[in-house]
Amino acid sequence: MKYLERGYLEKDELPSLPPAERIESKKPVVYIECPQPIPCSPCYESCRFDAIKMDNINDPPEVDYEKCTGCMACLRVCPGLAIFLVHIKDGKGYVTLQYEFLPWLEKGDKVRLYNRKGDHIGEGVITWALKPERNDRTQLVTVEVDKDLIFEVRAVRKG
Amino acid sequence: MRLESHPIVDFKRGKEVTIYFNGQPVKAYEGETIAAALYAAGVRVFSRSFRFHRPRGFFCAIGKCSQCMMEVDGVPNIRTCKVYVRDGMQIRTQNAKPDAENDYFAIIDKLIDRFFPHGSHYKKFNSPRLLREFMTKQMRKMAGFGNVPRNVPDVNTEYEVMEADVAVIGGGPGGLSAAIHAAKYGAKVVLLDENNYLGGQLIKQTHRFFGSGRHKAGTRGIRIAEILEEELMQYDNVDIRKETKVFGIYGMDVAGVQNNSKLLRVKARKIVIATGAYERTLIFENNDLPGVYGAGGVQTLMNVFGIKPGNKGLIVGSGNVGLILTYQLLQAGVDVAAIVEAMPRIGGYFVHAAKVRRLGVPIYTRHTIVKAFGEKKVEGAVIAQLDERWNVVEGSEREIECDFICVAVGLSPAHELLYHVGAEMKFVPELGGMVPLRTRFNETSVKGVYVAGDVAGIEEATAAIMEGRIAGIHSAITLGYGGDEAKKELDEAVKDLEEFRAGPFGERIVCGLEKCVLESEVML
Repeated sequence: MKYLERGYLEKDELPSLPPAERIESKKPVVYIECPQPIPCSPCYESCRFDAIKMDNINDPPEVDYEKCTGCMACLRVCPGLAIFLVHIKDGKGYVTLQYEFLPWLEKGDKVRLYNRKGDHIGEGVITWALKPERNDRTQLVTVEVDKDLIFEVRAVRKG
Repeated sequence: MRLESHPIVDFKRGKEVTIYFNGQPVKAYEGETIAAALYAAGVRVFSRSFRFHRPRGFFCAIGKCSQCMMEVDGVPNIRTCKVYVRDGMQIRTQNAKPDAENDYFAIIDKLIDRFFPHGSHYKKFNSPRLLREFMTKQMRKMAGFGNVPRNVPDVNTEYEVMEADVAVIGGGPGGLSAAIHAAKYGAKVVLLDENNYLGGQLIKQTHRFFGSGRHKAGTRGIRIAEILEEELMQYDNVDIRKETKVFGIYGMDVAGVQNNSKLLRVKARKIVIATGAYERTLIFENNDLPGVYGAGGVQTLMNVFGIKPGNKGLIVGSGNVGLILTYQLLQAGVDVAAIVEAMPRIGGYFVHAAKVRRLGVPIYTRHTIVKAFGEKKVEGAVIAQLDERWNVVEGSEREIECDFICVAVGLSPAHELLYHVGAEMKFVPELGGMVPLRTRFNETSVKGVYVAGDVAGIEEATAAIMEGRIAGIHSAITLGYGGDEAKKELDEAVKDLEEFRAGPFGERIVCGLEKCVLESEVML
């Protein structure tokens, strides 16, 4: 429970990563950073593919990476902003995350990238952005990053 | 200071009006409270304390703390955070000469300990008699709160007697849910709330809620308030009285004042008390300086009225309230210097902490605030590390640059009415203080009086909604409404809540609840 002293996860505390071939396959895959048992289950309830395992409402979610289709249903509803969609395509990495700040992001926007600790770790380009009004004002955005950074980039800010 | 845009909330401001603060015109918008409008105009000192003449300002924003009392249209001691602006309103600061910002008597704060050490008031100015009489007069003049209005107030008063199966006091998540579920099975419900809106503190919760989808998880608090209100509006057997302050319960009669002019007497067969909670504060040097705010107060200012509390804040307490508030400040474009937490670990949900951590807000566990500094408002703070025995580690003090401080160290149940009905109370630290003993259907030791929400023990809105549901259904059933269907839902509601509290976060609550179970459980 060291992560509760810091507020972020270190490498050895991360949940098991999706297999490399799954990340590089045709569809992106979700990665949930929600290790603590809290009474919360919207992700489990939103999944139509039975890819999220949860025995009771206090159970941390566990993803079956083979069943996950990368449909983003869980990403849309997660109140903890703890779900990320990761993908590697043509040697480039992509991370999709929830974004609730002004100015809203649009495709082509350049953004600064931050890791779990809030360190500035580079720049990225938005390749897809769901309009905020389409998801109760939580925008979903995909940012193109170095493929080695898909498990590092956890926040973006514009300007 | 007013926010023009916000990612989550659209601020609908009313007509522009002018109010007068110590004679100076101030721009305000209809729908704003006096305190919010003055804050937006940059006013930080709202009054002076009556003894030391220390500056007093905004703190809780929900009418509980008395820090914002001013003279409004000639009437002293008005809680300006609860009164809405009207064009031409005259507002004056009190306990100060000439006004609170530039108070001559502020010098007392610096001198009083030197000339009047504690206990000296027994000995000073006692003789000769003439001096005593003169000084008594002068001190009487200076003491007390505000000036008595000179005119006889011109008010019309009415009196109304109503009957209800279930009277619900408080229109927050717990009260709304109790009203909905009692009304659903046919009980005649009267809902009383002191505000001119329903939803209680939900109206400033811009974040999405946790829990299960069935209990509105993933939905923003502001929206949950709307959903509950819409649901309640479906029923014709509900009478909603807003702007009604309940001041007492006599037997099973609830007494309140509506719109400051009508006395209400609700003859109820069952009563649900859902009055919520107060914000706690913390002891540190200068904790009374304007700029030290309750976390909820800042949420009200920012998320309800769209007013920035400052440029850079320091958050004390890393429970969910502190963490969520930090995120909301960032969303409103306000910087957060740090979060300090006295415990060795973050108190709230990890995911909430991760949200702000990745945006660069440091969280210092095992740290506390030592003091705030500033003349009339917060200009900075000093934090320090704590050792295992909760003492400040020498040399670890460091200055934090900030212009406001949010105290998010928990809440205490607002339990006055429970004492009034004579409910058996018990001190349960896990539940936030003095709480009533209750059955598993949330009935207190006084038959027919129920509790729901934070007044029964500090938890959060989802649990309040679930408790309200239980209290509402049980009160309806015991009045003979609902039949088997209601009994089935009651079982389900009790089970849902048990499951909700089954995790490690609920453990503390469950442990607290075990200490306040009423032995004489009334089974159906």
